[in-house]
Amino acid sequence: MKLLEFQAKEVLASLGISIPPGRVARTPDEAAEACSALGPVAVKAQVPVGGRGKAGGIKLASTPEEARRAAEQIIGMDIKGFRVPLVYCEAALEIAREIYLGFTVDRDARANILMLSSKGGMDIEQVASESPDSIARLYPNPWRGPLGFELNALVFQAGLGELGRPLMAMIKKLYRAIPELDAVTAEINPLVVTRTGEIIAGDAKLEIDDNATWRQQDLDRIYGSAIEGDPYEVEAKKRGLTYVSLDGDIGIIGNGAGLCMSTLDLVQRAGGQAANFCDIGGGARAEVVENALGVILMNPRVKGVLMNVFGGITRGDEVARGLVTARDNLKMKLPLVVRMSGTKEEEGRAILKANGIEPGANAWEAAQKIVELTRAAAPRS
Amino acid sequence: MSILLDASTRVIVQGITGREGSFHAEQMLAMGTKLVGGTSPGKGGSTHLGLPVFNTAYDAVTATGATASGIFVPPAFAPDAIMEAAAAGVTLIACITEGIPIQDMIRVKDFLRGYPSARLIGPNCPGLITPGVAKIGIIPARITRPGTVGLVSRSGTLTYEVGSALSAAGMGQSTIVGIGGDPVLGLTFSDVIALFEADPATDRLVVIGEIGGSDEERAAELLGRGSRLKTVAFISGRTAPEGKRMGHAGAIISGNRGTAKSKEEAFQRAGVAVAETTDQIVGLLS
Repeated sequence: MKLLEFQAKEVLASLGISIPPGRVARTPDEAAEACSALGPVAVKAQVPVGGRGKAGGIKLASTPEEARRAAEQIIGMDIKGFRVPLVYCEAALEIAREIYLGFTVDRDARANILMLSSKGGMDIEQVASESPDSIARLYPNPWRGPLGFELNALVFQAGLGELGRPLMAMIKKLYRAIPELDAVTAEINPLVVTRTGEIIAGDAKLEIDDNATWRQQDLDRIYGSAIEGDPYEVEAKKRGLTYVSLDGDIGIIGNGAGLCMSTLDLVQRAGGQAANFCDIGGGARAEVVENALGVILMNPRVKGVLMNVFGGITRGDEVARGLVTARDNLKMKLPLVVRMSGTKEEEGRAILKANGIEPGANAWEAAQKIVELTRAAAPRS
Repeated sequence: MSILLDASTRVIVQGITGREGSFHAEQMLAMGTKLVGGTSPGKGGSTHLGLPVFNTAYDAVTATGATASGIFVPPAFAPDAIMEAAAAGVTLIACITEGIPIQDMIRVKDFLRGYPSARLIGPNCPGLITPGVAKIGIIPARITRPGTVGLVSRSGTLTYEVGSALSAAGMGQSTIVGIGGDPVLGLTFSDVIALFEADPATDRLVVIGEIGGSDEERAAELLGRGSRLKTVAFISGRTAPEGKRMGHAGAIISGNRGTAKSKEEAFQRAGVAVAETTDQIVGLLS
């Protein structure tokens, strides 16, 4: 679960981290009102992706009229595939310096890593590749967290020794997001030191582990439903499916992420474009298949569906019967190609064939077949 | 011969009375695995599938001499079950459970540093199988046959897919290991490849990787330093769109590693054949 900036800042504030005063605005009028109340503001696009500053998603406004114009330009713009649903108007800071502070999971080290740099701001990735030594790093013990002397050493290593205790206190507060909130990324960039010496979060990125939703129910309840997202992804999430929308016109269902990804690869190799990634997990229970097909068919671009199921212990005849029922319940008329293997796969294929569903002998043949059938089909809309 | 698991390995199942644990314990028994018992707190002293059930892993290990365990408990309890097994002296722990929070696994990995002889496979993995001999986990025995190909994979169903293609082509397997798809896991590709390298019964190797992380790149570097195994690699996710990643922290860590292209190029540099589809694996291996 990726939180938007204003949501992440609410959470950081609850951990005791200072944030600038700010207001959410869904319309240009609301942005103007926020500026009247707060004074000069930064009008910031709220999207769950980095790089919005460079994409023109942040504008400074010193009057309500400027804030209104900025919001008019930003709301609705597209940033890396995300439509901006709303802006966050935040009191402009008197910036003396910008620091980078971030925790994330270093998967190669199988550990959390804390990174601190005096060169914060938009170009931190460039800093990381050009002068990696300017980023101080610490792997805190996951049972007890970072100790005082470790943070002291880190702060000096980053060349930020003069900020000393207040900065160390800030890092300790941010670290709480890891054990207490199951954060897999908690990043403040820039961490602003103001001209009066306060340390304030200028931006905030927070991602919560989806595997920990069961013990982070408060966060899930407040921030779990997307403010605006791909309608098929939103619906799939409601139905408990692992689904990602793509640009093509061939719906894909597979069991297992690896198999599903390799099915996308095969479709592209056969000259087609997948409309989605949809992993229905192990087995292939009839109601799960029906749920998945239902979401895929919501997308008017879809001209056909390829299903690739490897049944380890699942029986092919049961999968086939479930699939026929699902198709009939959904009144699906589009081409459907199914590649399945497992116990009783011959019986399964016979059932499919008798019901007008194309069985593919192997995954590659099935991919070629669905590409051929969807090319022949007339567009749906 | 094989790696990690053979006919004499004494195995327990943690969570043996649960639905999943019970079903797969039965499958493990059916193929001849030396399953000697299981755990289920509160049911110690009873029997299940004709096997003794214990309250703790320690009791099970003490009574049965087990050295290996398959974990089939829900994600809230699995991290503790892994640590319990290691503390009880189990040296091969296959955790099948999917959905364990990443922070729990980071703590488990730290804990396991105190038990250097304990090898963890998974979590979120299908486990391992030595065809015709024994298995821990959920890999269907019927897609395998005994032979000399080592197979190591991050994926579940894709492992079965490739395993059945190899078997159908007469290329049996020494051992199949599914290392799991989670970002924080036990044995890596490199760890398992080193075991196959040292196994006289293995002469060929198939590596099934996927996008994300850089374990495949490291494995390619290992193979590039010299290997006696004829190896084919396959990476799934070539056409997956670049993740809409958040923040910079991930990019600072991984740089350009992690893409299918980076992984395939790493294997090619190491002189390893790269299959573009799973169908090509058998041809490239013969």
